[in-house]
Amino acid sequence: MSTTTARPGTIDTAALRSGSRPKRHYGTHIFLTVMAVMWLVPLGWSLFTALRPVASTNEHGYFSLAGDFNFDNFIQAWTQGGFATYFWNSIILTVPAVLLTLFLASLMAFAVSRVNWKFNVTLLIMFTAGNLLPPQVLAAPLFEMAKHFEVPYTFSDSGNMLNTYIIVIAVNTAFQMGFCTFVLSNYMKALSADLTEAALVDGAGIWRQYREIIMPLCRPAFAALGTLQVIFIYNDYFWPLIFIQSGNRLPITTAINNLQGEFLSNYNLLAAGAVITVIPTLVIYLLLQRQFVAGLTLGSSKG
Amino acid sequence: MSSIAQELIPPEAREPRGGRIRRTKGGRVRRLSRRDKVVLSLMVGIPTLIELAMVWLPMLMSVGLSFTRWNGLDLGDIRPAGGENYQFISQDYPPFWPAVQHNMLWLLFLALIATPLGLLLAVLLDQNIRGSKIYQSIFFAPVMLSLALIGIIWQLFYQRDNGLLNFLLGTAGTPQAVDWFGDSSVNIWAAMIAATWRHAGYVMLLYLAGLKGVDPSLKEAAAIDGASAVQTFFRVVFPAMRPINIVIVVITIIESLRAFDVVYVINRGTNGLEMLSALVIQNLVGEGQVIGVGSALAVVLLVISLVPIVFYLSRTFGKENKA
Repeated sequence: MSTTTARPGTIDTAALRSGSRPKRHYGTHIFLTVMAVMWLVPLGWSLFTALRPVASTNEHGYFSLAGDFNFDNFIQAWTQGGFATYFWNSIILTVPAVLLTLFLASLMAFAVSRVNWKFNVTLLIMFTAGNLLPPQVLAAPLFEMAKHFEVPYTFSDSGNMLNTYIIVIAVNTAFQMGFCTFVLSNYMKALSADLTEAALVDGAGIWRQYREIIMPLCRPAFAALGTLQVIFIYNDYFWPLIFIQSGNRLPITTAINNLQGEFLSNYNLLAAGAVITVIPTLVIYLLLQRQFVAGLTLGSSKG
Repeated sequence: MSSIAQELIPPEAREPRGGRIRRTKGGRVRRLSRRDKVVLSLMVGIPTLIELAMVWLPMLMSVGLSFTRWNGLDLGDIRPAGGENYQFISQDYPPFWPAVQHNMLWLLFLALIATPLGLLLAVLLDQNIRGSKIYQSIFFAPVMLSLALIGIIWQLFYQRDNGLLNFLLGTAGTPQAVDWFGDSSVNIWAAMIAATWRHAGYVMLLYLAGLKGVDPSLKEAAAIDGASAVQTFFRVVFPAMRPINIVIVVITIIESLRAFDVVYVINRGTNGLEMLSALVIQNLVGEGQVIGVGSALAVVLLVISLVPIVFYLSRTFGKENKA
């Protein structure tokens, strides 16, 4: 208090800074606009190329506005380029992996955060550390494990776990589970202990505490983590690359790399493929941006 | 506990700060029935088993296989090899040292360019400027994309004959045109710029959350004491974001070790784009699989990545262990 009365001049500046009058930020705006334009150029260029038929670019060159603009490349990529198949494969890989990851992580997180047990921290460290490893460290043994895990040919046409969706789903689940357990356990620790204490007094068992008390309260965390995991697993390039050998079983993110070779002379089609691959993530981004951002920051806000 | 988690939880269900102290260990455990114990052991057991079988066992197997010679075909063919694989990669395997250098260069680039850029964007956008949300959405958009796709999008931008960059530089169609991803003297820089496109947005997002968590009275106090905006930021705000800073350091290191997708999409990590993670995979999927050599490379990658992992875990869980 004494400071403020002693220096009236500074109060004025402080008051101005805290926003009683909007500050002019011309420099900031110019910088941010330049950066934003630069940020949009790669995506914009892909979209621009994708919208032009290859005949137009051959005739007028890639750096012109002349010629037609249409969706032919998208239609061609979807029907002849196999994007319909790849897209479906992505769904088959992503949905079960996300649901399994969240379910298993919620069990684990409940156990380590709501029940006192001396191995809680050890287990949590084990799960978190596993998720931080570069996946390439695990690739060779997992590949060999899948290859030497023999199953009937009626189950898998390779006679082992290679080239199956199950192995990709299982590895993705195991790998992402660590992160989700970490985030969910932090979330559950922040829930009041009275909630389950009261249930315990009423004679509710562990399963009922989990199912009827904690799970409904975790809905916001599930929404955030679910959105994040859909993006993570949809964007996963690596595990299908390792495990899936038939081109027509690849998910879209891994498959588009093959198109790079196939469509070397037709950049328009490749660009259309890239834009198609971006669309689902952008839709999720526009609809669920808040959930996605909450998921990312939830994972990192505990230092 | 994080403020974000607190915000998501409805107020009536929040754990009061410091409320957990009154719970006693013994009292709770004794109240578990036999059925509860079975349920709990399944809840812990199933995820733990999966984690051990699919993450920790393979990790240990990588270490084991790195001391063997094996072509990956018959399990009976695995032969002990001592330290031969390590000797081979460090002395006779040409891409190894370039890969180590590239990994370090990647880390330095992310740490000195991409991360500070993300921080700068966050600081600028944290002021109440008009259109802040739109700018944020633009800078954040690449974070939604996979690095594999980023490789392809930038390939369209970087190409020699039809890429936008050569056109903007006026070199398209001339002999001076640069194949940014193909020319081994520049492609690592081109790839790092593509990675920055994504990394800076991620860092921006985390710092925006961090900046919101800084008590505004700290800034006001510094302003009253006559500190300039720059001084306030570096002396007061930045140190106050210590937890986020640690996360960012760890993410930056780990991202640089994981830089796989983008180089693998460009040219499978060869010709100027050698990276440790890509070398691991080349030895795994190439003809005449050399699992031992690939595993030795994987162990090098593992040992390096343990540094940030242990640092992060001891920061995160150290307090809880003591408590």
